[in-house]
Amino acid sequence: MNLLTISKIKDGTVIDHIPSGKALEVLRIIGVRSGSKEKVSMAMNVESSKMGRKDIVKVEGKYIGEEELNRISLIAPEATINIIENYEIVRKFKVSLPERVEGILKCPNRNCISNDPREPVLARFRIENSDGVVARCEYCGKKVYEIEKYLV
Amino acid sequence: MSKFRNLISIDDLSRKDIEHILSRADEFLDVARGERKLRILEGRILANLFFEPSTRTRMSFESAMKRLGGDVINLGSLEASSFAKGESLADALRVVEQYADCIVLRHYREGSARFASEICSIPVINAGDGAGQHPTQTLLDLYTIKKEARLDNLKIALVGDLKYSRTVHSLIKALALFNARIYLVSPDSLKLPEEILEMDIDFVESDLKTAIEEVDVVYVTRIQKERFPDEEEYRKVAGSYRITAEMLESSDAIIMHPLPRVDEIAYDVDGLKNAVYFRQAFYGVPVRMAILAEVLL
Repeated sequence: MNLLTISKIKDGTVIDHIPSGKALEVLRIIGVRSGSKEKVSMAMNVESSKMGRKDIVKVEGKYIGEEELNRISLIAPEATINIIENYEIVRKFKVSLPERVEGILKCPNRNCISNDPREPVLARFRIENSDGVVARCEYCGKKVYEIEKYLV
Repeated sequence: MSKFRNLISIDDLSRKDIEHILSRADEFLDVARGERKLRILEGRILANLFFEPSTRTRMSFESAMKRLGGDVINLGSLEASSFAKGESLADALRVVEQYADCIVLRHYREGSARFASEICSIPVINAGDGAGQHPTQTLLDLYTIKKEARLDNLKIALVGDLKYSRTVHSLIKALALFNARIYLVSPDSLKLPEEILEMDIDFVESDLKTAIEEVDVVYVTRIQKERFPDEEEYRKVAGSYRITAEMLESSDAIIMHPLPRVDEIAYDVDGLKNAVYFRQAFYGVPVRMAILAEVLL
């Protein structure tokens, strides 16, 4: 078995059991982007007995809110969250699908009002879970199947 | 049913809600015909905001409002309005709601009516949002079916453009609540989209002749010339879905059409008892009276 090459964090959040290759999208969802100040370490394509291969993201010095974490379930429904304090796991839980998300997905329908740059409207989606996670635009009704493609 | 404040999508209504609106429309039938006067909306103002032309829908809302004693203001020509100067829909709505008690909105962007209902403090009625929803058309279609045939266990043929017609899509969703059997008659290129075919409703692929023989209602839509790569292709298809008086000789099916028609229903059908499309246009008035009364009283 390969050993993980990323070190433990002192305080912060560890997101485990991310499907292989989706770590970058997870970072986008939690708002870690180029220029962000968080200290982040990431492992991709690590061996996993449960998933075969998985990604892991560790964010030092940041406690990500539950609502925000649940958004991760849109692309990583099996993800587990570890809240770390002083190198110890103080809380561990699985993400759960939110009922709706706002401002993190773009509607694929170019004629949807949420894509009109002149209007003060934030794209909002209701989340459905039948044969995979599907987001439905609350404005035009368009369904989004490949969610990672439409992350803002 | 719960009283509703806005009417945005047929998907927001339950069977009970629909039945409530249709029976309320019954109460306004004679008023819509001008046989009885009602002033229940006296002092109320409706703002018709039509960003796309739709003469029938706009006029029937005007007629409905005026028959109930209310007044109507219109957007006027778009070219001469503030929108030509680049004003947003949101700003326009925030201004118009200062002048009126209710907004009827027709806009080319899908979801515009839902958005309007979120930012306006007065009721919003969707009169068509792009290729999205046109719930008052669906309600008047259902009302026509109820008055001229029956709603429960209906056999209905949908003929023509089943791919792009939002009227057809919304009608199917509503008919699913009434246990209908739906015959689909369309050219291959204009078949019903998969996501609607997946609905829990009894669909039958059919030709026009069989459908006319077997159904209670034939709902015809215009095949839009602009959907076809060349005019000859359009002609071939358009001609094959033309209903004539001869085809209806031994049929009691009623013929409906959201109008305008081009050549899909021959003029010799107009005089037959089967033809209900002009009454269908009339039924828009009592149905819209019922909706206005619902959101304004």
